[in-house]
Amino acid sequence: MSGRRLDSGGRIDRDRPISFTFNGKSLTGYAGDTLASALLANGVSIVGRSFKYHRPRGVLAAGAEEPNAIVQLFEGDRTVPNPKATQVELVEGLVASSVNCWPSVDYDIGAINGLVSKALPAGFYYKTFMWPRTKWESYEKIIRAAAGLGKVPDQPDPDYYEKVNAHTDVLVVGSGPAGLAAALSASRAGARVLLVDESSEFGGSLLGSTELINEQPAATWIEAAVAELASNPDVQMLDRTTAFGYYDHNFLNLAQRVTDHLDTDSAGSLPRERLWRVRAAQVVIATGALERPLVFGNNDRPGVMLASAVSTYVNRYGVSPGSEIVVFTNNDSAYRVALDLNAAGVSVKALVDSRARGAGAPVDEIKAAGIDLITSSVVSSVRGARGVKAVDVHALTDDGTVSGSARRIDCDVVAMSGGWSPVVHLHAQSGGRPRYDDVSASFVPGVAVQSQICAGACNGDFLLHECLSEGAAAGVRAAAASGYDASSSVEAEARVATNTETALEPLWLVPAPKEPGRGPKQFLDYQNDTTAADIRLAVREGFRSIEHVKRYTLLGFGTDQGKLGNINGMAIAAKALGQTIEETGTTTFRPAYTPVTFGTWAGRGVGEFFDPVRKTPMHPWHEERGAEFEDVGQWKRPWFYPEDGEDMHAAVARECLATRNAIGVVDASTLGKIDVRGRDAGAFLDRIYTNMFSSLKPGHCRYGLMLHEDGMVMDDGVSARIADDHYYMTTTTGGAAHVLGWMEQWLQTEWPEMEVYLTSVTDQWATISLSGPKARALCEELSEDIDYGDDAFPFMTFRQGRVAGAPARVFRISFSGERSYEINVPANYGLAVWQHILDAGEKYGITPYGTETMHVLRAEKGFIIVGQDTDGSVTPIDLGMNWVVSKKKDFLGKRSLFRSDTVREDRKQLVGLLTEHDHEVLPEGAQLVEVPSKVTPVPMVGHVTSSYFSPSLNRSIALALVKDGRRMKGESVFAPLIDGRLMKATIVDSVFYDPKGDRQNV
Amino acid sequence: MFIIDCPWCGERDQSEFSYGGEAHIVRPVEPEALSDNEWADYLFMRKNTKGRYLEQWVHSAGCRRWFNAVRDNVTYEISATYKPGDSAPAAEHAEGTS
Ligand SMILES: [Zn+2]
Repeated sequence: MSGRRLDSGGRIDRDRPISFTFNGKSLTGYAGDTLASALLANGVSIVGRSFKYHRPRGVLAAGAEEPNAIVQLFEGDRTVPNPKATQVELVEGLVASSVNCWPSVDYDIGAINGLVSKALPAGFYYKTFMWPRTKWESYEKIIRAAAGLGKVPDQPDPDYYEKVNAHTDVLVVGSGPAGLAAALSASRAGARVLLVDESSEFGGSLLGSTELINEQPAATWIEAAVAELASNPDVQMLDRTTAFGYYDHNFLNLAQRVTDHLDTDSAGSLPRERLWRVRAAQVVIATGALERPLVFGNNDRPGVMLASAVSTYVNRYGVSPGSEIVVFTNNDSAYRVALDLNAAGVSVKALVDSRARGAGAPVDEIKAAGIDLITSSVVSSVRGARGVKAVDVHALTDDGTVSGSARRIDCDVVAMSGGWSPVVHLHAQSGGRPRYDDVSASFVPGVAVQSQICAGACNGDFLLHECLSEGAAAGVRAAAASGYDASSSVEAEARVATNTETALEPLWLVPAPKEPGRGPKQFLDYQNDTTAADIRLAVREGFRSIEHVKRYTLLGFGTDQGKLGNINGMAIAAKALGQTIEETGTTTFRPAYTPVTFGTWAGRGVGEFFDPVRKTPMHPWHEERGAEFEDVGQWKRPWFYPEDGEDMHAAVARECLATRNAIGVVDASTLGKIDVRGRDAGAFLDRIYTNMFSSLKPGHCRYGLMLHEDGMVMDDGVSARIADDHYYMTTTTGGAAHVLGWMEQWLQTEWPEMEVYLTSVTDQWATISLSGPKARALCEELSEDIDYGDDAFPFMTFRQGRVAGAPARVFRISFSGERSYEINVPANYGLAVWQHILDAGEKYGITPYGTETMHVLRAEKGFIIVGQDTDGSVTPIDLGMNWVVSKKKDFLGKRSLFRSDTVREDRKQLVGLLTEHDHEVLPEGAQLVEVPSKVTPVPMVGHVTSSYFSPSLNRSIALALVKDGRRMKGESVFAPLIDGRLMKATIVDSVFYDPKGDRQNV
Repeated sequence: MFIIDCPWCGERDQSEFSYGGEAHIVRPVEPEALSDNEWADYLFMRKNTKGRYLEQWVHSAGCRRWFNAVRDNVTYEISATYKPGDSAPAAEHAEGTS
């Protein structure tokens, strides 16, 4: 195979040469080239290696269906893995290399796979996964090193990407003859039209065709059509844009490649790609058809190409992929290719047609051109290891087999055509079920289930006059359906030859002198090296569903998603199963039609725009103080405040002891806060919480627990009654939104008769929690109008007044076990009050602490954290919190606490653990066993939920959920760790510090 | 991605809504009077029929209000939306999905 640039012709700009590098070699092409056409023009025949056998592969197609010419495009932080060279526009300085070949494309160590291919049948990977399990790790390394496609960039993406929302009356996908005709007639009716095409130019198949419209080259008609559309302000045209996903209610996603074809100056500040999210009243699918390969021996050798691709390279790019070409077909479309090649001065050695042919238009033309027409014959195999050197041509016998000796024809390119597969992907994605059409031997769109019309080749109507008339009609219908009065003159203005073709005769598997598997390999899926023999093997091994055959043989699993070979594979499977193709059916067409980059999906939602960051009013102070932060949901919370040279352990120890011995302060503003008002507020909370809130007196607070209806703990927090019809609820930091939504749902859907109003006030209040024996003294300094005496302000009450001059609600509640006051001030006062408190507290040794110390202090007291010590499978009874479960009233989840499963005695229960050695800290999540044993599996009895070193107790403590744990107090459990160590611990009560609660009054 | 007709706001994109499961499941008035099986029926069992399905949605990034929708879970066509407490529109005989 020796491709070369033709002296004339093509849509390339010969005045604008472009230099580029492929696999380290400097080469030259022209503006208008794709990387594939430029490589062919430079005589590059091997562009990659196949996935499994590492066979040399060349360019096969000219578009999105290309399976072989997969490259690593650009370098460094802009590198893109796996684009198809057939879709990459040539730009100055472009650097690309082959993927999947090591050490080089010409000498490939993986080709050894080809020599031992008998050992690599279908299902090889699955069989390897299964046996023996311990060997898998070493197999995996070898397979991964040898296989695999491109590499992701190892640096952050320097470009940005955008998302665009668009609405249109008519979205036309594809700008071939059908798409252009549809866009013209819909826009003439006044409809808003969005026309998109994946290529760099509008025109589709016409760009590579020599057919005439109005006795002129098709390019003339395209130019006029594009000019008319461009001048219409209601028409938007997007080139380099792939409609890759068709979702519900006529919602489509498009990927637009904006800058990759531009030089740096022209790219300017444009985004690299855009994701278009389009809602269309009507969609015209004019996506055309893809030519099918023929399945014969060594049909993967570089130089074997789709006939239409050969003609596209000649007509659109002025490149001949070879110098001596054999055309092999089962239909009339390749006759045109042979004639085009002949007219371009490329030698066509023979046209091999599997059908018997009488005289008629294309036959006569072929003969007149002096091309050797060999009918009722097939190319049974290709000779040449690194590229086509010759083909073996066999005559077909009456029963459709071949026998006898072959006629050998020297050539360097085989242009094959097995017929056409309509691009029904978008139709199928939209919910349509493609049906098998016997005439075209292809799957065509079935009944549309959304507002869509398929037109032209994607409908199985391949002739130019059919495409134009169907497209024009589709445009009229789509415009009318979106409310525009339409009739079209488009068809009349585009006169073309109304030729007919002789029917194709399906040829799914080219007969060969030897059975599949015994002769040269007959490839179906070039990317995954799936062969005809593999499909038969899968059927022999018992696979019946085409979806299973696909997964077993990897048919259609490549980045081309089976665009070329699936239909042949399905037909071969159907035959082996003794079914029709219709019965066998297709595999599922899923988005995306072609791969979409992560950048496009992410759009601007990266870095600081990935997720909102929530900060408390006191955040600047925490930052200045040098706090380490922890992400809690979207919140940034101080984790600990290290002082000179302290690690977390030292900082937390200091913060804990200061709180227990003097006074600690924590920013608790992130707590969820919900204002609950209305006549029925108390009765409503009685249904939401496990315990009673209607009996709570104004001025008092109560801890409450919420369950899902299945009885499992959902959230907790302290709520206060401000007035008879007014409560102030707090929730966990992470649970606030869910709790609000949950309560709204019950109010709106189940209890609409209740008068209750819910308002999120999380951001309206800053919360400063003071804990420790000196807390009262400090608070008394801060307020003149609040009496902090124990009689005037007892535990579990709140007072309103002023703190540091700001209006405040002060709650006497405690999450640390120490005497605590939780000061709530309007958020705008938060920073000033915090600052004031820290200054005033200095003489008491006030110490700010973060979430880690907060967790240690509460764990010492055995207080749970919902979501850490519970996991959606834990009831209040499991936690030993029967005291919070009312017996007097119904509440959400109550009935579930008496189900046969929830009353089991041996459920996992919350207990404390003390390790055998004081300074060993159990890892959170560690699994617990009763008896350490080397024999696996060892029955597990529970797991560690919280574990810390307690500075106050000077030893480690842990909380755990253990089967029947409350009855096991005093017994030992073991935690086998991943590093082989075994920690022994004793089950104890879950309250480690101050079990009587005396510290509250210190 | 659906277009959903919020009974209070009108047609909006699905990204503004959250799904709430089957509609018209009424919480028992006296849960404690129910057997385990009866309670489990309320708690866990859903019709999950193919075709026309009555389900709850909430306009979570909009008016935050709940409503019900009649959605065909095969074609994803939403034939009606209505407010909580209203009864479901009668099934059209010709729908043919069940
Ligand atoms: Zn709404």
